[in-house]
Parts: sequence; C-alpha cells; structure tokens
Amino acid sequence: MTELTCIVCPRGCSLRVDGEGDSITVTGNACKRGEAFAVSEMLHPMRTICTTVRTSFPDAPVLPVRVSAEIPKDRIFDVMREIKKVTLTKPVARGETVIENVLGLSVNVISESDLLLHEKREG
Amino acid sequence: MQNYDVTIIGGGPAGLAAAISACQNGAKTLLIEREARLGGILKQCIHDGFGLVRFGEKLSGPEYAERFMDEVEKTDCEIRVLTFVTRIKRMNGGFAVTLVSRDGVQTVQSRTLVLATGCRERTAKQVAIHGTRPAGVFTAGTAQHFTNLLGELPAKKCVILGSGDIGLIMARRLTLEGAEVIGVYEAKSTPSGLTRNIHQCLHDYQIPLYLSHTVTRVFGQDRLEKVEISRVDESMTPIPGTEQIIDCDALILSVGLIPENELAETLGVSLSAATKGPICDGQLMSSQEGIFSCGNALHVNDLVDYVSESGELAGKNAALYRGQSRDWVDIHTGKELLYCVPQKLNLQADNSEIVLYFRSRDVLNDCRLTLTVDGKEVFAKKYRFLRPPEMERLTLDFSSYGIRKNSDIRLEIEVKDDD
Repeated sequence: MTELTCIVCPRGCSLRVDGEGDSITVTGNACKRGEAFAVSEMLHPMRTICTTVRTSFPDAPVLPVRVSAEIPKDRIFDVMREIKKVTLTKPVARGETVIENVLGLSVNVISESDLLLHEKREG
Repeated sequence: MQNYDVTIIGGGPAGLAAAISACQNGAKTLLIEREARLGGILKQCIHDGFGLVRFGEKLSGPEYAERFMDEVEKTDCEIRVLTFVTRIKRMNGGFAVTLVSRDGVQTVQSRTLVLATGCRERTAKQVAIHGTRPAGVFTAGTAQHFTNLLGELPAKKCVILGSGDIGLIMARRLTLEGAEVIGVYEAKSTPSGLTRNIHQCLHDYQIPLYLSHTVTRVFGQDRLEKVEISRVDESMTPIPGTEQIIDCDALILSVGLIPENELAETLGVSLSAATKGPICDGQLMSSQEGIFSCGNALHVNDLVDYVSESGELAGKNAALYRGQSRDWVDIHTGKELLYCVPQKLNLQADNSEIVLYFRSRDVLNDCRLTLTVDGKEVFAKKYRFLRPPEMERLTLDFSSYGIRKNSDIRLEIEVKDDD
C-alpha cells in the first residue's frame, strides 16, 4: 500500500494505492484524474516544469517558458540544462515554441508570455 | 475634470476582471496600475496550476493574466499604467481621485471605486528575528521577482522560513536554478501551504520540511552568513537548548500575506480583524457607499480563479450602483470558522445567488457546516475535511431563507464527536 497526495488540482486528495502492475487500485480520489495520476505516479511519474530563458532584451532579461506537456520526473534536470543553453534574440509570442521536441521527449518548450512582443513595440 | 462611472485601483487579476465586467455592464471605466505592465503578481508567478477552476486548464501566471489582458484590450476601458493614486476624497456624487504619473499630477472624478490593491508579504521586521541586518534576507516574493523577472539568482544556499505556498514554490524554483535549499522551517505544527505543493515542490526535490521550528537569530555583517534555528512549543515559543546553527547566504520568508488597504482606511472603510480586508456585503460593497473591494485586498485567496470571480462581481456591482439605500444584517461565524466573506447581507439587494467564501480555524475531519436563520437550520453541508489553507466556496440563495431586518444569521461548523 502506498499513500500519495494528488497534485492534479488544488483539492489535493489523499490517495491510497494498493496492488502492483496491472492490478493497481486507487481509493480516496474525488475524480477520475486522481486515479490516472496515481497509476502514472506508480509506473512512470510525470511532471511539468516552468522556468525562464535568457533574452537579449535589456528590459526583459528573461522570458517565462514551460513544457507543452508533462515530462518524466527523472528528466527534469536534463531539460533544465537544455533550456539554459538558449538565449532569445527575437520576440516570441505566448504559446510559441522556444525549443522543439526537447531531448526527443516529444514535448516542446513554449513561451508563457507575450512580454517580448511589447518590448519590440516600445523599443 | 475627467469623469468615470467606475475607477479600479490595481491592474492585477482582481482589477482586470473588475474592469472587464464593469465595461460589459455599460460603465465608463478607468483602470489604474502603478507598474509598467498589467498582471500584478501573476507576472512573476511563472509556475503552472492557475485557472483549473475557471478554464479547466493548468495555466502559468503570465498565461492566466494575459488572457484577461487580451479581454480588457477589447473593451472601452481606459488603462493608465505607471500611475499611482495618492489621494481620494469623497465629493458630491462620487470621488475625486488624485493620480501621479509621468504626465504629472491630475485629479479625475468617479462615481464609484473598486479597490483591487492586492496584498503584501509579511516582512522580517514583522516576525521579530533577532541579530544583525545583513543583505540576503528576502520575502519569497522578492526572491521570486529577482529570479523570474530579473533573471538573477538571489541565493546559493538558503533556508526558507514559513511554509506558505510562495515559499514552497520558491524552494522548487531555486532548486531548479541550481541553488541549494537546506530546508523549509515552519513554526506552526501544520503546514500553511496547499498539500499538493508540499508534494510537488518539496518531496519531489527531497527538500525537508521541519514543523514546529523557527529562525531565532541571523548572523552576518554585509551578507547573511548563518541562521540559528530553534524548536518551538505549542505556543510557538522557542525552546531553550534546541538551537542549531546553519550556514547559508539567504533566508527566504514565506510567513503570510496581509491585504493592502491603506487607501481604504483613508476613506473610512471598516476592516475585518479576521480577514484584514474591508467588511462587505454580498455585492462586495464596503461599509462606505460606492466603494467596492475584491481579490486579495478583500481577503487573501489561495486560488486566482476566485480572485477573478470577486473582481467580476465587484466590477459589475460598481457599474450598476446608483446610490440605492442598504439594509445590512450580519452573518455571524462560529468559533470553528476563521472567517467568512461576505460578512454582511444587504436586504435591499438581490441575494438569490450569493457566493460565500470561508476558512476553518483548524484542520477538521468529518464535519458539518450549518447555516441557521433565527435558530432554524436553512442549509447544511458535510465535509470530509476542512483545512485552513484551503478556502471553501459556496453559492447560496439567501433570498429563500426568510431573512428579516433583525434576523440572527449564523454560519457554524459541527464537528463529529469521537466518543
């Protein structure tokens, strides 16, 4: 038996997971997403990361970015290293890709903000 | 003098929502923001988890704020950034609002006000830590500003005091950026932040959480060099002999948020001792006619979705306000509740769909919330658990409860007896 806290939504249900492999049963979840989270957490935990990339814009030295979908928890620091290699010299819009298919994980690193578009307009 | 129906002070999530709804309800609206960009604190809250209630998606802070910024751009709302309100005076039929901006000092006239001024972090001076005054003692929000907006890492090896959500989020953020977070220390015996943040911000990164511990002294001349940590008893008093010294170059404080109501106070708005925000009715009007409050200035929220919700309500009601008279009755709260918002009902208004927010004072399991009017139970709801960090929300039809001018309205929590 394993006890988990669901991180899907702020409700934060206390989950109880019994069994192994294909016969996992989850209790304590208020919705289906909690069950899916518990199963994923037992087999291959996934997380999102949100961070910033450097830019060459003096008034906006960093731009917030995030992964477009969850990545394996054990690749978080590998993806962080890739993101740190980037310096943006051109504006990107919110939702636009900053790194495509990062480390072959089938996930893009995308901009969280239109911040740099405004920099361009004012600059 | 320029004339507006609604003037909104603060361009964060509450003010943005208020501006959109005031415009949608036909008001000539002015939105005032002191910073260069709209969005308030969400600009630096780059983590995700915002908007699950409202949009059913996990958005980051900037993404959430920019959706509202895009909306407000489509309205006729007049937006003034880099503008600061220095004074508001009541005048015939409204308010004279004095503004300072790069254009100089100017006074505008407004029929109503929406105070969306947000909240501030409690600082080191407010938690009485002894010792020197070196650099390296930051609030979590300041550390977040450095990291996420300026791109500067404010610590290499740090201690976090307080388990509020921003502190937990910053523990993860600093770790991702390569800093070492020695631990999160909380004086209370239960965490202040959301349980999911304890898991995804601390457990995921093997950052320890020490409950019933606090920082009792800081050391260092120019820069922080070490802190002294002590265990505390149930009354949060440090226990002599339990001190330990930890080397670090930063102490990050996440010890609570206080609604910002300096302007409100100058206008004679009555504040609640429990929320530190204005006492208001179901339409979010304060004790002063024509002055509305919303978002974290009203009470500190844990979800931005509810900040926007209260902004929308305040903006709409400000737009529709025509100086109607009010009859206030109290909603009394039992001792198990920390507070409820609104604290009053205006019997002259439509109370058929009142959104009520509340928090319990302690962690409670298997309990029952009851609403009684003149001793008669009119509403009840069972909760498997209630936790003070997690605000609860209800929509109630108060118009159906037979409330009269002198009615005794009580919101209470019954806890199941263990025996």
